Amino acid sequence: MDTLKIADKEFSSRLFTGTGKFSSSDLMKEALIASESELITVALKRVDVKNEDDDILTHLDHPRINLLPNTSGVRDAKEAVFAAQLAREALETNWIKLEIHPDPKYLLPDPIETLKAAEELVRLGFVVMPYIHADPVLCKRLEEVGAQCVMPLGAPIGSNKGLKTLDFLEIIIDQSNIPVIVDAGIGSPSHAAHALEIGADAVLVNTAIAVSENPVAMAKAFKMSVEAGRLAYTAKLAPIKKHAEASSPLTSFLNE
Amino acid sequence: MSNFKNIFDQYNWDSVLSDILSKTERDVQKALDTNNRTIEDFKALISPVAKPYLEQMAQLSYQITKKRFGNTIQMYAPMYLSNECQNICTYCGFSMTNKIPRRTLSDQEILKEVAFLKSKGYDHILLVTGEANRTVGVAYIDNAIKLIQSKFANITIEVQPLDQEDYELLIDSGLYAVLVYQETYHKGEYKKHHPKGKKSNFDYRLETPDRLGRAGVHKIGLGALFGLEDWRADSFFTALHLQYLQKTYWKTKYSISFPRLRPHSGGLEPKVEMTDSDLVQLICAFRLLDEDVELSMSTRESEVFRENIVNLGITSISAESKTNPGGYAVEPQSLEQFEISDERSTEEVVTMLKSKGLEVVWKDWAHNWK
Repeated sequence: MDTLKIADKEFSSRLFTGTGKFSSSDLMKEALIASESELITVALKRVDVKNEDDDILTHLDHPRINLLPNTSGVRDAKEAVFAAQLAREALETNWIKLEIHPDPKYLLPDPIETLKAAEELVRLGFVVMPYIHADPVLCKRLEEVGAQCVMPLGAPIGSNKGLKTLDFLEIIIDQSNIPVIVDAGIGSPSHAAHALEIGADAVLVNTAIAVSENPVAMAKAFKMSVEAGRLAYTAKLAPIKKHAEASSPLTSFLNE
Repeated sequence: MSNFKNIFDQYNWDSVLSDILSKTERDVQKALDTNNRTIEDFKALISPVAKPYLEQMAQLSYQITKKRFGNTIQMYAPMYLSNECQNICTYCGFSMTNKIPRRTLSDQEILKEVAFLKSKGYDHILLVTGEANRTVGVAYIDNAIKLIQSKFANITIEVQPLDQEDYELLIDSGLYAVLVYQETYHKGEYKKHHPKGKKSNFDYRLETPDRLGRAGVHKIGLGALFGLEDWRADSFFTALHLQYLQKTYWKTKYSISFPRLRPHSGGLEPKVEMTDSDLVQLICAFRLLDEDVELSMSTRESEVFRENIVNLGITSISAESKTNPGGYAVEPQSLEQFEISDERSTEEVVTMLKSKGLEVVWKDWAHNWK
């Protein structure tokens, strides 16, 4: 079976999802189950880890779902490391989606602080999944310090614009020895399929599902598109050609 | 050192206002058609000729807000700590010359109020005081923040403007955001409404968000008190202020509030009326100008207005508010700063929000990773 391995976990779904922006926790749960996603990110700042009845956490209690706490809201490496430790203690997972965006408007990641925090978190025994720009050199640097995957953005988060960083994603995928997960900007199932077709190992989709008129149906559509994209990638796409091949090649005289 | 005053001083109130009033329908259409709106587009959207386009503005505002904030709305509650005040503000119930009993909450009383708000589910709190530097100075505010810090995920203050070092101290104690409304950007009118006390210093107030930005606060809330002067010109200056701050202090989040003058004991009638339709127009115009800014709505507004505005751009809302110190649990009968309009309970407001397809967010911060 074509599974995705990150650290010690194997995933049969290559669609990762998030918990934000849904109109109710019940609808969130229904959509996330329809997505068949096995890794679901939750903002640490949104949950009350001390409360056993926390509305979001109780709705994520499902055998298939692995929680991926994220550090959204922190502004530097120091705060990120602190938040990750809090998450590990409270949610009993050493997985952390490292998000450091000091800019609250566009939520763009700080590459310098992210690299610093990743190095420290790896040292502290975390499985680090960093949200970053589609910067191939940064991806290699993160790989070198022990990040278990990289999560470059396809477009500004929440923008639904698709793979605006395509050329850089292709370089990252080409060079990477760790899984590449396209994290932000995926607005439609065709974008997700495209990411998988070019060899991304998975995608993370939240806004496009949560803000859809029908989140449950949209979650299912994403699930199908991710499967289709992956299947196309493993089946090897036929090369794209600009012109039909001439039936009378110009060099055929060489064979005569 | 960067300062908004340098920009502000280049503008003239009357020419800004006449510019807004001379916008044409073509300007409005252009502002609606573009994806990247400038402050000139904002002027067109708040101009009188934009009125026939209100439905279109509302539809766009709804869509943009939904994309950025999802189907959610943040809940918060104000908690008045003191009504002592050495300022004279013509429109305020706590104004120094008003003969009302003055009260500043003790630690025990604060905790009693906190227990009430926690029982209602609140996790984001707004602490409010008048300006009485000897009794309710930085030390008092700092003590209050430390006292309640472990009980709330997010603490905002709306108090007198402070110096940068004071803000730094309070941020270190767990302060997240500061709301500081200019009241009016019309310097002459400002002087009339604030004849006495430290608040009469227009420039010190105007420069407060700069001091907050330099102190590194997480969020700054801006706004004007509508009713003192022309709401269109005041809103232009609020938007100008916002855009300057966003570029200068890019790590800080911003919110806008839309207080309309409410009746209070010994009160002032609004000089300039702002109708419901004007307020809807303004909220939509802010959302169309800025997809990311938080827009906040208090219980100053009526039930009906609030029910209909929550889907048009608003991202945070209060309920069941008391505007008197001790008003929740300590001394519910004391005199308010202003009369609130939507008097429904928190539970009723939450039910209303859910029926509008909105998930109520209680907690969206964690102070304890600093």
